[in-house]
Amino acid sequence: MGRMSQAKETRVVYCNCTYAKVVPEDVKTEVLARLSQSGMAFDAVADLCEMSARKDPALKRISAAGEVRIIACYPRAVLGLFRAAEAPLAGDRVEILNMRVAAAADLVRQVLPAAPPLKEKT
Amino acid sequence: MPGLAPAALRVVLYEGEGSTPLDPGQRLAALVALLAAGYQVTRVVSGGMVTPQDSGFILVLGQFQEGLPPVPAAEHREGRLEVRDVAGISGVGIAEMVEEVRAARGVEAPGSWTPWFPVIDYGRCTNCMQCLSFCLFDVYGVNDASELTVQNQSNCKTSCPACSRVCPEAAIMFPKYKKGPINGDVVRPSDLQSESMKVDISSLLGGDIYASLRNRQKTARKRFSTERDESKALLERKRCLKKLQKNLDIPDEVLMTLPSVGDIQDRARRAKEKHAKRMARSQTVQDQQPAPSVDDWGI
Repeated sequence: MGRMSQAKETRVVYCNCTYAKVVPEDVKTEVLARLSQSGMAFDAVADLCEMSARKDPALKRISAAGEVRIIACYPRAVLGLFRAAEAPLAGDRVEILNMRVAAAADLVRQVLPAAPPLKEKT
Repeated sequence: MPGLAPAALRVVLYEGEGSTPLDPGQRLAALVALLAAGYQVTRVVSGGMVTPQDSGFILVLGQFQEGLPPVPAAEHREGRLEVRDVAGISGVGIAEMVEEVRAARGVEAPGSWTPWFPVIDYGRCTNCMQCLSFCLFDVYGVNDASELTVQNQSNCKTSCPACSRVCPEAAIMFPKYKKGPINGDVVRPSDLQSESMKVDISSLLGGDIYASLRNRQKTARKRFSTERDESKALLERKRCLKKLQKNLDIPDEVLMTLPSVGDIQDRARRAKEKHAKRMARSQTVQDQQPAPSVDDWGI
């Protein structure tokens, strides 16, 4: 799963992990706020786990639509969720960013390289 | 979980041509409220890329400069597309509007089920079926390709990751679990070692979990008839369960809902019958194949 260039064709999917408290709230909030402020188009989903269990057709749309950057949790889990929904992600066309371990500033830098840096939290 | 229903409703915040972008505060508040309520939200801007539409219901929200845009007949999608103007409505108000539209359309409400279920890392799974034997709630099954599959996600007990701890390959993930590698974090050699060290239920019980349960029941009956010390036996059982609970991180509620030995035996009987039927069917299919020709034998 290589890093992708900031191609204009790359879609961005943000997972809010709504039904659990395992993603740090401040990271989720900051990333969503920055996405919202940016002028870019994106898809925000409430919870990829829930969509996977329902075999939501949206997952097939995401996996079939070309390059995608998914901001969610551990890549192994995200790949498993898509496969479970019969919508396997192609390794070379997906970049998965992990909000459970990465700092909001790093994530924002990767998704929105043109965005001004975040203020350091005290 | 409401029967693996397809996507309920996709909300599109339209900020492309012919519309005035939402106020930043209004947009963020709407996003936060809609995601918290379980909706999928797509923000559309001119020249941007989002995932394409499907056959589900779409609600398009925007601040349209010349009133609601006419939707061409071909785009009506059999009434599964609705457009609303949200000018002057707060972010929270937008979420309330979406909820009203969903209810009026009779679309199923999102978020009625906590998504806790195992996810298999097929890159690690060896199809050993230990998890299938171990799970007492029929979560696992086998697909037509004889591959392990998660077939009844909603049977899984919330916050119980016990099956992942009996997997010798650390191939079972619960993405919402607190710790790795069960949460999907990378599996390190040390993790694998500790995974296998944890609990190998199969070997612990002598290979066949159902046979072991039957033997245990027989032994227990014998002991009860000779010792007649039920309180001692119950205490012993409680102690064993507590130990198992601690090792496998099983929530109290799950232990409370464990099926009885009778239920397990009944389930095993049904599984055997199903297997026998499948074998018989497969035999019939084989029998119906034409006899191999001379060419097939390469003569």
